[in-house]
Amino acid sequence: MKVETRKFVAKTGNEAAAFAMKQINPDVVAAYPITPSSEIVMIFSKYVADGEVDTEFIPVESEHSAISVCIGASASGARVITATSSQGLALMHEILYIASSMRLPIVMIVGNRALSGPLNIHCDHSDTMGSRDCGWIQMYCENANEVYHTIINAVRISEEANLPCMVMMDGFIVTHGMEKVFVLEDEEVKSFIGKRKPLYSLLDVEKPITLGSLTLFDYYLEYKRNQLEGVIKAKKIINDVFEEYRARFGINVPSFVEEYNIEDAEIVVVVMSSAAGTFKEVVDELRNKGEKVGVLRLKVMRPFPYEILREKLTNVKVVGVMDRAETFSTMGGPLSIELRAALYPLSKRPLVQSFVFGLGGREFGIEDAMKVFDILKDIGMKNKITEEYIYIGLRE
Amino acid sequence: MKRILSLKELAERTVGLASGHRACAGCSFPSIIRMVLGSSDYPVVVSNATGCLEVVSTIYPYSAWPCSWIHVAFENAAAVISGVEAAYKALKRRGEIKEDKKIVFIAIGGDGGTYDIGLQALSGALERGHNFLYVLYDNQAYMNTGIQRSSATPFGASTTTSPAGKSSFGKIQDRKEIIEIVAAHKIPYVAQASISHWGDLIRKLRKAYEIEGPKFISIIAPCVIGWGYKEDETVEIARLAVETCFWPLYEIEEGVYRVNYKPKEKLPVKTFLLKQERFSHLIGRDDLIEEIQKKVDEKWEKLLRLDGLKVF
Ligand SMILES: Cc1ncc(C[n+]2csc(CCOP(=O)(O)OP(=O)(O)O)c2C)c(N)n1
Repeated sequence: MKVETRKFVAKTGNEAAAFAMKQINPDVVAAYPITPSSEIVMIFSKYVADGEVDTEFIPVESEHSAISVCIGASASGARVITATSSQGLALMHEILYIASSMRLPIVMIVGNRALSGPLNIHCDHSDTMGSRDCGWIQMYCENANEVYHTIINAVRISEEANLPCMVMMDGFIVTHGMEKVFVLEDEEVKSFIGKRKPLYSLLDVEKPITLGSLTLFDYYLEYKRNQLEGVIKAKKIINDVFEEYRARFGINVPSFVEEYNIEDAEIVVVVMSSAAGTFKEVVDELRNKGEKVGVLRLKVMRPFPYEILREKLTNVKVVGVMDRAETFSTMGGPLSIELRAALYPLSKRPLVQSFVFGLGGREFGIEDAMKVFDILKDIGMKNKITEEYIYIGLRE
Repeated sequence: MKRILSLKELAERTVGLASGHRACAGCSFPSIIRMVLGSSDYPVVVSNATGCLEVVSTIYPYSAWPCSWIHVAFENAAAVISGVEAAYKALKRRGEIKEDKKIVFIAIGGDGGTYDIGLQALSGALERGHNFLYVLYDNQAYMNTGIQRSSATPFGASTTTSPAGKSSFGKIQDRKEIIEIVAAHKIPYVAQASISHWGDLIRKLRKAYEIEGPKFISIIAPCVIGWGYKEDETVEIARLAVETCFWPLYEIEEGVYRVNYKPKEKLPVKTFLLKQERFSHLIGRDDLIEEIQKKVDEKWEKLLRLDGLKVF
């Protein structure tokens, strides 16, 4: 079915996520409320209460326990989903590493929100950027429609790669913004995700397993190298699962990157999540004036698709990288640092200007995006970067 | 009601930690684990908190465990087993697991992972009513990191973070009453037991395995290194704890208190204390020993008063 002929509904990001969960009907969901993702489990709780799913729903006493329950359940062969934001994700931090090192499929939906302090409930990416090195797959979605489809894909990816997987959306901007979501039929979802076939299970008591043993210097290094192997393999799995999805359902959700007018572009902005929409708008305007500008939206932060970024950006003159998180490295946000590192080996590489924007929910509008392009054009003219990184939208 | 196993029967059940685990000579938990696993007529899944037990029994690539076993972190054994039990329920409902397949779910933690850092996850799991048994092996300090005090460390005990010294007599606070805290969750079964009184322990375990909902059994776990005694005295020390009423054997079933063992002659707590290095600084401090005796007596009398009473 072509996407245009598909049924669509109006849903917020949280509603779209909860709806995807309903169609997936996971075995176990464990979660703890936190703004702006609370609604996901609130809506899901109602599905449980109304008997629309037969999931074992565990309203735990903290996020630390939410992820611990998910590990216990996934290690028992169950299909498991949770959702959180910000402080909740931070509280899970210790356990995130354990989930991935045990190679347990778990899907976690995150409504991106700034971390304390100071306390702030609005969007930025400091929460999930803080857990990007935990060994999870991380996918940042632009809008509610993409959130819905990505969650369904994430179930397959996570189970095929034997890796836990986070699906991100911008807090309030997407979690609470109503959008057009093209939905699959229940049967389509069911047939696409199939049943989970675990490699091992704690409940297979005839074949007892020991999971999470003490592993010292004689094996830890090999263990980690093996884990890396799993993450490297996940790249192909991510690609193949989305490709199959697009082919089967005619829904064009990107796997690693979304390209917008970058074929002949001299100036490209690399950005994640909802701000990409703002940039696309500005690119349209500038293209009308004949300017060679484009947007490259990065969807997957882990595993980092450096090969694609190298290929797409090698012939570009100036690249602007947008980070919605501060790392205190004093040389820019996490994406800009990784992108510069990715491009470094190229003999011909663009000038890369790093920007930080939108922290704690600071509005990022058309004028801001326009300003970014102005700065990049100026850099192109002078052929020189003068500031390590620039805060956009800062009140001075 | 399940029959109590004879010691011979228990010994014949081969389940227990495999030999070759690296627990200290004289450590009490190999016996505890043998009784916990051996008492079950059903397959067992264990979630183990970080601590001595986990560290000595699963050094990769070896495992001393004969059953399905998972360790995630220090403070979440109860949450992890909640997940396992939830998966079991879900998969059973969906026909992936046979209806008649009973599995026993056990979370095991030391005093640190139970009284202290793991209290939240334990409380959450008890309140939600998961069908599992929590086994606490109470060695009364953080033994794995070098005998630091925990909230289970008794008044007057010397540990590496509550050392006895020129101006200190060891730990100045009392033990936390974990049994009472757990019982306040109104779960169906709570008990305190000791390997020295194995018949009582096995009876309690076998009873727990038949009860639906959360169960909690606290077992005293004398520690050769942390308490300071000779390797062959472990069971003797545990027995003295019971005979002095420092460690009363009792249970709270559906809210009813029952003292399971009343020593014919209640020994003075001194006989328990002075067999151990951790209390050796109390020699000559009769005032403190008296204070400890008073605490023990008060607790014991309170238990006797509660015996037979329904408290929730
Ligand atoms: C780790 C973490 N998880 C979740 C939240 C979100 N959160 C903020 S307040 C709150 C509930 C507070 O409830 P309660 O303690 O009963 O106080 P009340 O709001 O009812 O006064 C939650 C879940 C958070 N701030 N941090």
